[in-house]
Amino acid sequence: MSQSHEIAVEIGGTPILFRTRDSSFRRMLIDRYTGFISSLPGRNFEFELELVTPSETEAAEDAHVEMQDGVWHLRRGDFRAHWDQRAGRGHIRQSANPYSIDSVLRIVHTLILAREGGFLLHAASAIRDDRAFLFSGISGAGKTTISRLAPPDVILLTDEVSYVRHEATGYHACGTPFTGELARVGTNCSAPVATLFLLEKGPENKIEVVNTAEAVRCLLRNILFFAEDTELVEMIFHSACDFVDRVPVRRLRFVPDARIWDLIR
Amino acid sequence: MSEKYIARSSQIAARMLGGEMMVMSAVDSTFFTLNQVATAIWQAADGRTPLSEIVARNVCNEFDVDLQIASRDAEQFVDELSQHGILMVSDRPFDISADPVEAA
Repeated sequence: MSQSHEIAVEIGGTPILFRTRDSSFRRMLIDRYTGFISSLPGRNFEFELELVTPSETEAAEDAHVEMQDGVWHLRRGDFRAHWDQRAGRGHIRQSANPYSIDSVLRIVHTLILAREGGFLLHAASAIRDDRAFLFSGISGAGKTTISRLAPPDVILLTDEVSYVRHEATGYHACGTPFTGELARVGTNCSAPVATLFLLEKGPENKIEVVNTAEAVRCLLRNILFFAEDTELVEMIFHSACDFVDRVPVRRLRFVPDARIWDLIR
Repeated sequence: MSEKYIARSSQIAARMLGGEMMVMSAVDSTFFTLNQVATAIWQAADGRTPLSEIVARNVCNEFDVDLQIASRDAEQFVDELSQHGILMVSDRPFDISADPVEAA
């Protein structure tokens, strides 16, 4: 019987343990999630990873996430997974494709965060002077560009998917290994969120006030959420409203050069 | 013309923020921001009060709007929200003694 290999990936202070019989896949995960590998004991969530040949799993299919009899069922063309959130245990069936486990990780974190008042956001994020700034927008809005232009005193948390936790003291942004075009894993640290910027490329660098409804609408549009679950959708809505109530939201029009960071302090 | 009764669906999330009522369908995530008049109708949608009475009492009296114009706007508003399952419409009062009204 082959040996089981474990690895825990910790994002936003939440470690998730994966158990696989394939040592090379474990090594690949260590490389992919450098800076986010946890060696601490005490994991609340763990998954058995079953690796199969690609032909069995990779039919084209969008992600579906639904709860059945208290168990989350996650499926896409390239993976099948189920997860008992209360028990903290689950099973993933996929090929040795890093993108599959990356997607499962994102989905699982959206489910964990939703119940805690947080969310994953399509946004770059960075820390400057101990305060976090989020730069949200769809593909092409400038998340990678603004990350690439960051000066040396800025700590990049991610150029693609931001991790927003709701804590007693307010909202905190945490680093993630989820990369965009920059293909650079974020730094595993966190800071209180100072401002959410809605990115838009324009003819000049300019920060504009955004009205409340527009802020909520834009935030909801960019929150990652996959589950077909009305209770969680409602939680996400209230989290978005809470966030906008507490954190300044501004539109950031910018030309793609380094001077934009003069405005971000 | 028959009377209409309106009730808020239980399949929605709503929140007053920054002086505006925000409503989202938990079924299809459609998001609406309601103006003051729409908010007044929304808040009065108890399933028992006829729409005509809501318009007369909560719109015309509060916002100094002509009854005919207010009725027409209210019909449009109710029609739009009901299409998204956010407001439920019936020609009879809703039985709201039990659970909240479910969207079909």
